[in-house]
Amino acid sequence: MSRLEFVDASIPTPRPEKSNNTVLDIRGLSVDYGIGLGAVHAVANVDLTVRRGEVLGIAGESGSGKSTLVYAITRLLRDPGVIVAGDATFYSRPDAQSTPRTVDLLSDDKSVIRSVRWSEIAVVFQSALHALNPVFTIGRLIDDVLAAHEPSMNKQQRRDRAAELLDMVGITADRLRSYPHELSGGMRQRVMIALSIALNPQLLIMDEPTTALDVVIQREILEQLMDLRDRFGFTVIFITHDLSLLIELADTIAVMYAGEIVERAPAQALFRAPRHPYTYGLLNSFPVLHGPRIAMTGIKGSPPDMRNMPHGCPFHPRCAHAMPECSTEHPPLLRLRDAFGDRDVSCWLQDSAHAVPPELALDGASASARVAAATTANVAPTTDAPRPHPESTTPAHADTATEVTA
Amino acid sequence: MSESTVPDAPAIRQAVEAGAPPILEAVDLAKHYRVRTKRFSRSGVVRAAEDVSLALHRGRVTAVVGESGSGKSTVSRLLARTTRPTAGELRLNGVPIDTRHAPGRDYRAQVQLVLQDPFASLNPVHDVRYILSRPLKIHGYAADDIEESILSLLRRVALEPAEQFIDKYPHELSGGQRQRVAIARALAVAPKVLLADEPVSMLDVSIRLGVLNLLADLRDREGLAILYVTHDIASARYLADTIVVMYAGRIVESGPAERVTDEPSHPYTQLLLSAAPDPDAGRPERLGERGAPPSLVAPPSGCRFHPRCPFAMPVCLDRQPPMLTTGRAHASACWLHDRDTAYAATPSGAAERETGAPMS
Repeated sequence: MSRLEFVDASIPTPRPEKSNNTVLDIRGLSVDYGIGLGAVHAVANVDLTVRRGEVLGIAGESGSGKSTLVYAITRLLRDPGVIVAGDATFYSRPDAQSTPRTVDLLSDDKSVIRSVRWSEIAVVFQSALHALNPVFTIGRLIDDVLAAHEPSMNKQQRRDRAAELLDMVGITADRLRSYPHELSGGMRQRVMIALSIALNPQLLIMDEPTTALDVVIQREILEQLMDLRDRFGFTVIFITHDLSLLIELADTIAVMYAGEIVERAPAQALFRAPRHPYTYGLLNSFPVLHGPRIAMTGIKGSPPDMRNMPHGCPFHPRCAHAMPECSTEHPPLLRLRDAFGDRDVSCWLQDSAHAVPPELALDGASASARVAAATTANVAPTTDAPRPHPESTTPAHADTATEVTA
Repeated sequence: MSESTVPDAPAIRQAVEAGAPPILEAVDLAKHYRVRTKRFSRSGVVRAAEDVSLALHRGRVTAVVGESGSGKSTVSRLLARTTRPTAGELRLNGVPIDTRHAPGRDYRAQVQLVLQDPFASLNPVHDVRYILSRPLKIHGYAADDIEESILSLLRRVALEPAEQFIDKYPHELSGGQRQRVAIARALAVAPKVLLADEPVSMLDVSIRLGVLNLLADLRDREGLAILYVTHDIASARYLADTIVVMYAGRIVESGPAERVTDEPSHPYTQLLLSAAPDPDAGRPERLGERGAPPSLVAPPSGCRFHPRCPFAMPVCLDRQPPMLTTGRAHASACWLHDRDTAYAATPSGAAERETGAPMS
C-alpha cells in the first residue's frame, strides 16, 4: 500500500536546490495579455524546474498558456503580452566540468537574453512554413545564423557546417539550394530542427513541432530528434496538446490548464496514476488502439473563457469531484510523494483532509489499474450487435486503489 | 485467412456486411484533377482517387482513414457531390445517380456534409436561429413550426438549454459547440447519410470525444449512415463499425474496425498503426526512415505502396493488386494475400502470412 506523503500546503513548494542539475528554473511566472482590468491572465503563477538532460513535456489544450509560457521565458512575447511577475533563471553550462553561469532571462537588459537565445536556448516553432523566410534558400538561412553567431567561421566552414547540419536531420546537401516552398512539410520541420541545433544549444524548446504532420513523418522526426539528443545531450522542452505522444517521449510531464500547471509528474506516474481530475479526464480522452472498445466520455463542458475565469479552481465547473471549496478558494500546488516519486498537484482533493476518489489515488501496485478501470466500464460488443449508447454508461472506478493516508 | 480470391470482382463490396442494401454506394469511383506543370505547359493529371468502392449502411459508421493526400477528403466530396467524379458510379438506395449534373434538393435532403473547420463553416454574421432556419425553409418545412424545429435540433445535438443557444452568434460558442451547430444544420433536412470530414480534428482534445459520442448516438438512436473521414486511426477504431484505409488515392484495406486495427493485413495499415502514439505499449519500436507518400501525378507502377513496402515482391512493381479477401468482411489490396504470388515470389512470404504480422 502506498502512502501519499503530504508535504506542505500552506507555503509554495520549496525552491529546489540550485544544483548542477538544473538548467532552467521558473518561479511564480505570470503573463498577461493587455493591462489593467481587461487583462487576460494567460499564465498565472507558474513554477517549473527543468533538469539538465531531461525531456520535459508540457501538455495542454489551446488557450492553456503553454506556448505563452515559453515565449515569455525566451522573450519572444509580442504585444500586448506582458510579463507581470516572476523569475526565470537559466543555468548555462557549456560542458560538464564548468560551474553553471546564472542568466536572468527576464532581465531588463535585452543583451542578456540575446547572449543566450539561439546559441544556448533554441526554439522550434510549429509552423515551419511561416518560420522560414521564403525568399532565402535553406543554405542561406543556415549561413545567416552561423555568420551572426560564429564570426570566426569563414564562408567555406559555414557551408560545410550547413551541409553537416542537414545531414544530421537526414536531408542531403543538395537541398541547400532549395527554397522552403520546395520542401515537404516534414522536410521543412527537419530544417527547423537543423537551424535550432546549429549553435549547439543546451536547451531546445519545441512548440508543437509535429502537430501539422502525418503520423508516420511525425514518428520519423521524433526518432531523429531523440537520436540527436542522445548525441549532443541537450535538454528538451516539448509542448503539445497530444498527451499520448508525450507519455512515450517525455521524462517529466507538466499538464497546464487555464494558464496554470495543475499536475507535474514523471511521465509514467502521470499516465499510470494521475492525481488531478483534469489529467485523468485528458488521459481518458484518447481512444486506445487495442483491447476491447470501451465507451469514453472525455471531459464535460469546454475550457474556460480566459476573460471570465471561474473563481477558485479554474477546473471546478468541469470537474466531476468538485466540492464547495473548489469554487471559492484556489488550491495550492501540493507536493506529493508516492511510489512513483515526487509530484506536484494543484487540487483540494489531494490535501489529506479529503477522501480521494479511487481513480485519483492509484498506487504503484495497481500500475495498470487506470486502464483496467476504464476497461471494465463498458465492453462494447463487436461489430454485429448494436452498441449501447456510449454516454449512458458510468465510468467504473478502480477497486484496486487504496485508501490515502496523510 | 488464406481464403484468397476473386481478383477482379470488387471485393470491397462483398467485404462490407452483406444483408441490408446500402443507402449510399460508390462503385469504382475516380477523381482526376487536371494540372498544368510549369515546364512546357504540359498538362498532367492528379489521380486523387481511383477505384474507390464503398457502401454506407443504415445505422453504421464507416471510417475512411489516411494521411494527407490519400484522397480521403476527395471521397467525402464525391459522395456529397460537391465535385464530379471522373469515372465510376454512385447509387442512392440502389438507384444509379446521374453525376453529370449538380445534385438537386432531393439528393441534398438525403446526403449531408459536415466540414472540418467549424470556425469557417458557420457564417459569423448570422445567429444560430438563422443558420438552422435556412435548411428548414429551403427544404419546405412548415414555417409556423420552425422555432420549435430549431429547438429540437439543438436538443438533438445536446446544446442545452436550447432556448439560450438559439440566439447566439458563432463567436459566442466554443469549437465543440460550433461543430454541434454544424451537425444540427446537416440534420435539419432529416438526411439518411451524414458525411463528416475530419469533424473533430480542429477541436480541443477534451471535447473531441463529446462530438464523436454524438455521432455514435445519431447512428444508434436514429439509424443514420455515417461516413467518418479522419487521419486518426485510434478515433476511427473508437467510433466506426467499418474502417477503410486509403493510400495515395486508393483503398488498400477495409474491414470491421477492430479487425483492421488488431490484425491489419496491409503493410501500409501496419505502418500507420505502428507510427500512431500508443502509451499503453510502452516505448515504441523504432520505425526508422520509411519514406513519404508518392506523387499522385506520376504514381509508382503496380502497387502504389511498393517503394515503401518492406515486403515488396517483383509482382508489386508490375501489377496493381486487387482487393483480396483476408477474412470475414475483411479485404486487403496486397499481393501477400494472393496464394500464388505470395508463395511463388518470396520464400519468406509464406512464413509472414502464417504469423499474420509481417512487420519487422
